[in-house]
Amino acid sequence: MSKYTEDDLKKELETKEYEYGFYTDLESETFPIGLNEDIVRAISKKKQEPQWMTQWRLDAFKVWKSMQEPQWANVNYKKPDFQAIAYYSAPKAVDPNKTLDDVDPELLAMYKKLGISVDEQKKMNNVAIDIVVDSVSVATTFKKTLSEKGIIFMSISEAIKEHPELVKKYLGTVVPTKDNFYASLNSAVFSDGSFCYIPKGVRCPMELSTYFRINQAGTGQFERTLLIADQGSYVSYLEGCTAPSRDENQLHAAVVELIALDDAEIKYSTVQNWYPGSAEGKGGVYNFVTKRGLCERNAKISWTQVETGSAVTWKYPSCILKGDNSIGEFYSIAVTNNYQQADTGTKMIHLGKNTRSTIISKGISAGKSQNSYRGLVKINASAENARNFSQCDSLLMGNECGAHTFPYIEVKNKTAKIEHEATTSKIGEDQIFYCNQRGIDTEKAIALVVNGFSKEVLNKLPMEFAVEAQKLLEISLEGSVG
Amino acid sequence: MLQIKDVYASVEEKDILKGISLSVNAGEVHAIMGPNGAGKSTLASIIAGKEEFELTKGHITIDGEDITELDAEERAHKGVFLSFQYPVEIPGVSVTNFIKTAINENRKAKGLKDMPASEMLKKIKEKADLLEIDRKFLSRSLNVGFSGGEKKRNEIFQMAMLEPKLAILDETDSGLDIDALKVVANGVNKLKNKDNAVIVITHYQRLLDYIVPDFVHVIMDGKIVKSGTKQLAYELEEKGYDWIKEELV
Ligand SMILES: Nc1ncnc2c1ncn2[C@@H]1O[C@H](COP(=O)(O)OP(=O)(O)OP(=O)(O)O)[C@@H](O)[C@H]1O
Ligand SMILES: [Mg+2]
Repeated sequence: MSKYTEDDLKKELETKEYEYGFYTDLESETFPIGLNEDIVRAISKKKQEPQWMTQWRLDAFKVWKSMQEPQWANVNYKKPDFQAIAYYSAPKAVDPNKTLDDVDPELLAMYKKLGISVDEQKKMNNVAIDIVVDSVSVATTFKKTLSEKGIIFMSISEAIKEHPELVKKYLGTVVPTKDNFYASLNSAVFSDGSFCYIPKGVRCPMELSTYFRINQAGTGQFERTLLIADQGSYVSYLEGCTAPSRDENQLHAAVVELIALDDAEIKYSTVQNWYPGSAEGKGGVYNFVTKRGLCERNAKISWTQVETGSAVTWKYPSCILKGDNSIGEFYSIAVTNNYQQADTGTKMIHLGKNTRSTIISKGISAGKSQNSYRGLVKINASAENARNFSQCDSLLMGNECGAHTFPYIEVKNKTAKIEHEATTSKIGEDQIFYCNQRGIDTEKAIALVVNGFSKEVLNKLPMEFAVEAQKLLEISLEGSVG
Repeated sequence: MLQIKDVYASVEEKDILKGISLSVNAGEVHAIMGPNGAGKSTLASIIAGKEEFELTKGHITIDGEDITELDAEERAHKGVFLSFQYPVEIPGVSVTNFIKTAINENRKAKGLKDMPASEMLKKIKEKADLLEIDRKFLSRSLNVGFSGGEKKRNEIFQMAMLEPKLAILDETDSGLDIDALKVVANGVNKLKNKDNAVIVITHYQRLLDYIVPDFVHVIMDGKIVKSGTKQLAYELEEKGYDWIKEELV
């Protein structure tokens, strides 16, 4: 056998890269697989980061090396091999030779059902857009309006360079680098993400990221978001996209940190529709997300999420209610079908006086899927008169799926008032027949029942998002009964 | 309009309908009476196309077309309406949203566009007034926490909205107080015309004072054992079912 040469290695890497679908300047844009200090340094260098940022990443990496993957979630999957992943890849470029005809017809059919425009479809599949349409001018006016109000909204890479004082002050303060295995990993290798700062007393005049969400779909597997609402400000932020994302990266570990200073309010809405794997349970994204918000005095953070994608989801958007009179809310719909597994919920940590939290969780399971709610309500000794209301409803379709609830309650102050309600129901044949009899076919009947079940949460989404999310629920459950 | 020819039906291997034949013409009202468990609701379900029930023999046609192979929603599109004995709850779906969906799905089946919102509102208002239904009621979740009488009134509201060709009312009178009974019967009578037909299933002659039947049929043990005019209902009220049983042997 001949010697394995440098050239052989290069060739092998090239074919690998081709498999992953990169088109431009392969050698310089993709790193070798595996993770070590040099890779972390290289990522930071590639992004032209200042020294403090490189050091921050390296510290996180050190912590990560000493950590174990958590085992407590109610999910079963083959643990990823962290040395078999490429930790940096440049954003996909537009391929001038590609047309929509080259795109998976199944995907296109789904876009059509969701009412996604042809231009948006092209953007999502890296197909060049022939005519530059409205969206550019929309984005420009959008940027102008924001800058007039002093709102900073840019990628986190840009923010590290342009607003280091803000990033330095807040990054890692809500989700510390040593918080958990995936958060540490993210801190070491995060690719990109969004940064947003709303100045004192400013009410952000639009839903942030509405116009950008298609473009953002490709931000990569280790996304990092930092959002700061200064005193008395308000912002509503949308993340994700209802369109299906066929990312070939199996592992996604994002971190989102929210900071709501005194009297500020943040509404954070997510639609997650990563590739869930095939109907037979092959493939699909592992989505391990750490999302947490900190509320100062009289501040309020609302998390709203519609989770329909990914093969495995592990996600607990949480609120630390540090300031007196602060409010945390969590509204969630999690749909699992086929072989999907979701373990999701929230943590409400009450530290301040008169803090209030509300948790509304709706789990819908179909096929052979497993859907778990896991929530913690913690009332510290300092939290006089804290209140929590939790409601966890599960809807089952068929006999082969599972719904589970794991509510944890820790109360260290006697003045706390906590209410917890939970229900489990099944879509019944009687309900379906009743709808059929009125002329509504079974698919539409299921959609009706599911939308009714999810209504309290759908109502919390910004209007245009709600309509899309509703359609998404229907599509995710298609063919799951009858 | 409706022809039921020698229909046998079973559920979970149990024979329930044992050779039923019935012919209903446009413009007619038929009443079906009979003891508990005789198969009245089963007959209604078989006409409406509930899958649990298996038609083992016989045919059902509407306007000459065999509907036995059609799905429940396709039969609904052909104008079959069933007012359920036990209406089903759908949490989070308002009465308005439900009926709007039903109307538009029926229109879609006929190749029509959605009903314009203004027309829909006008129609809802008109029919709610006819059945003396409070507007607030329409925004509640379908049948959730409704009283027995409210559920039945809501069934007839849906019937009024959908304007079916053939309406089957399964014990719509049970649970209604006397005033409500009059309102509901009046509603049904207003909707009645020479082109549609009604089958009322009831245990009580009282309803038939308001919705006057052309024919009365008695079902016992899965068969129609006696048919007659309104007079038959009076006799049953007075004497019960035993005398028919005796006649049979
Ligand atoms: N899903 C089912 N499984 C088993 N048996 C059934 C089912 N549905 C109906 N039956 C049986 O079929 C018979 C006829 O029932 P059906 O509901 O048609 O009676 P009915 O004449 O409407 O009675 P009532 O006056 O009490 O409403 C009963 O013995 C009932 O128990
Ligand atoms: Mg009955």
